[in-house]
Amino acid sequence: MSITLTESAAERVKSFLDKRGKGVGLRLGVKTMGCSGMGYVVEFVDEINPDDEVFEDNGIKVVVDKKSLVYLDGTELDFAREGLNEGFKFNNPKEKDQCGCGESFTV
Amino acid sequence: MALLQISEPGQTAEPHQRRLAVGIDLGTTNSLVATVRSAEALTLADESGRHLLPSVVRYGVDAIEVGEAAIEHAVNDPSNTIVSVKRLMGRAAEDLISLGKSSPYTFSTSESSVPKIHTRSGDVSAVEVSAEILKTLKARAEATLGDELIGAVITVPAYFDDAQRQATKDAARLAGLNVLRLLNEPTAAAVAYGLDSGQEGIIAIYDLGGGTFDISILRLRQGVFEVLATGGDSALGGDDFDHAIAEWILLQAGYEAVPGASLVRLLIREARSAKEQLATTESVDIAIETDDLKWQGTLTQLQMRELIEPLINKTIMACRRALRDADVTAEEVLEVVMVGGSTRTQVVREKVGGFFKREPLVSIDPDKVVAVGAALQADVLAGNKPDDEMLLLDVIPLSLAIETMGGLAEKIVYRNTPIPVAKAQEFTTYKDGQTAMAVHVVQGERELVDDCRSLARFELRGFPPHVAGAARIRVTYQVDADGLLTVSARELTSGVEASVDVKPSYGLTDSEIETMLRDSMDHASDDMHLRMLREQQVEAERVVEALDAALQTDGEQLLSATERSNIDQARQQLVEVSAGDDSDAIKTAIKQLEGACEDYVARRMNSNIRNAMQGHSVDEYAGKDQE
Repeated sequence: MSITLTESAAERVKSFLDKRGKGVGLRLGVKTMGCSGMGYVVEFVDEINPDDEVFEDNGIKVVVDKKSLVYLDGTELDFAREGLNEGFKFNNPKEKDQCGCGESFTV
Repeated sequence: MALLQISEPGQTAEPHQRRLAVGIDLGTTNSLVATVRSAEALTLADESGRHLLPSVVRYGVDAIEVGEAAIEHAVNDPSNTIVSVKRLMGRAAEDLISLGKSSPYTFSTSESSVPKIHTRSGDVSAVEVSAEILKTLKARAEATLGDELIGAVITVPAYFDDAQRQATKDAARLAGLNVLRLLNEPTAAAVAYGLDSGQEGIIAIYDLGGGTFDISILRLRQGVFEVLATGGDSALGGDDFDHAIAEWILLQAGYEAVPGASLVRLLIREARSAKEQLATTESVDIAIETDDLKWQGTLTQLQMRELIEPLINKTIMACRRALRDADVTAEEVLEVVMVGGSTRTQVVREKVGGFFKREPLVSIDPDKVVAVGAALQADVLAGNKPDDEMLLLDVIPLSLAIETMGGLAEKIVYRNTPIPVAKAQEFTTYKDGQTAMAVHVVQGERELVDDCRSLARFELRGFPPHVAGAARIRVTYQVDADGLLTVSARELTSGVEASVDVKPSYGLTDSEIETMLRDSMDHASDDMHLRMLREQQVEAERVVEALDAALQTDGEQLLSATERSNIDQARQQLVEVSAGDDSDAIKTAIKQLEGACEDYVARRMNSNIRNAMQGHSVDEYAGKDQE
């Protein structure tokens, strides 16, 4: 079981955490929602829950709850730029299909 | 796939439900758009990396240009290139006559009172020009955020009146932007520094831009910023610093002729660059080399200080006046926030710090601080923060009421209710066959309309006639986040509707509000008695009226002479008592009249039912039930 971050993703997370001034890491997860089954969760972590798994990569604590981990195992989180827009991107080997806009997916 | 941002814990939105909101600083010279992404508020840049969008719109031959592209034409196409349109927002045609001489635009006299600027693309209003700037910022934001915006917080000067605020909202609507709220510029600057969650007290916002100076004194109390006083100079700014330095260069160079336009432009450019360098260095070398003028020299901090000090002193005087207007001393000011590019100048910081006797806040880019504050506010209003995080709230200073029968004020929205708010109440008609109702909107804490402040009157007309008490009229009071009140009335059976817009706080000073509140305390028990009296009088009137109507239709048939005389006597008694001021006596008289009428009412009921069923059999009704 593993979740990884690219260097650029880790750098951005670190700088966002610094600017926010609090938080122990980054939570990744999935939620059943959206037009194509599931949606990704990307949140700051203020508290780690008992049923969370914690990974550390490139100096960042990545927190994933056990339920989400089933869908996210092997995922690499990247930070990408597309024109004026920029943000985080999930490279998830389990992901089979996305909705047209790519905001939700199925496994 | 879509690019994702980091949300606050538990605040991840559903796909396609992301609540993207921006803050917009719609400035006289430059405009900015900012947003909160991954908990960080930052201004958004265009493709070339520029954050500031010059507030310039050019109506070109083929297209409308906004920003830098429009500026390039300001010189050779002045009448179609509109700058500083903010100064025209919400102004009536007659306000602009004074501006006319210095303005390069041709104003059309339109049939409405809204002045229009004549361009090659037709006549445009200030609202339409502002909308072009907003459209450009909206497009930039949507390209950067990758989705549509749910709304924007737009900043306006604290001194903007109702018409100017409404014009700003209209411009946003025209640009397809949903306005979450308008926010005062000084309040936005204070929010950017997080002062809204800090210590309660007095805050000064010193805003020195390119061409304008504003000083605002705010008071933070229970999470709400209240504007105590504003002041400033609409024709004083950093550009004047540049002029002072340019004149100094001419003086040093011994240039005595009147300089041509191109030389002036060059000198101003050199002066500005020297001023900007002196923000971080002690002295700067200047070299001018044109056909007209060749000069080399050095400008030191000290020399610049001498040149611009008189200008800064003017702003300090305005600060002193604003403090006096706000009735506070410089010592009471907790924080001073610096806004506007010209506050980068060292001398300005020193002078302002010296006057308020504290270090001004300068850590956020003074060009961007207003947009950043607006973005933080937009993020909260869009619902991207956990509920326990503070929301900057405004409250209604005095209750909003409606006049009911007898001149009573029926409160619909109580004072200290946080806005935005909407409250509805149902009313009914008072007379048979009534087809119109007057709505009188008042503000205040007293029980009688005469003691409250009248805000607006309108009539709901043309609903179908009903018997008294059968019509259902829903009156809705809606106060938006900017304190604008809309009152609408709707007759529910027919859907007939009427409404009116009012700004309740308009023209009320703190002391007036205080007086109104104190009066309501002082007169509390008088008011209560008066209210009870009026209520009984209205009830008596209603009873008499209903009785008269009934007697007219079937009094002769249903009543014996004795009964009739008993009723008449009780009726007479009630009419007499209700002219007095004893509410208990009126109540008793109503009871007596009702007692005298008891048999009559029962008989009427029976005869009504008989009439209704005439020609039908009871079975028909029973049959209907079974269907």
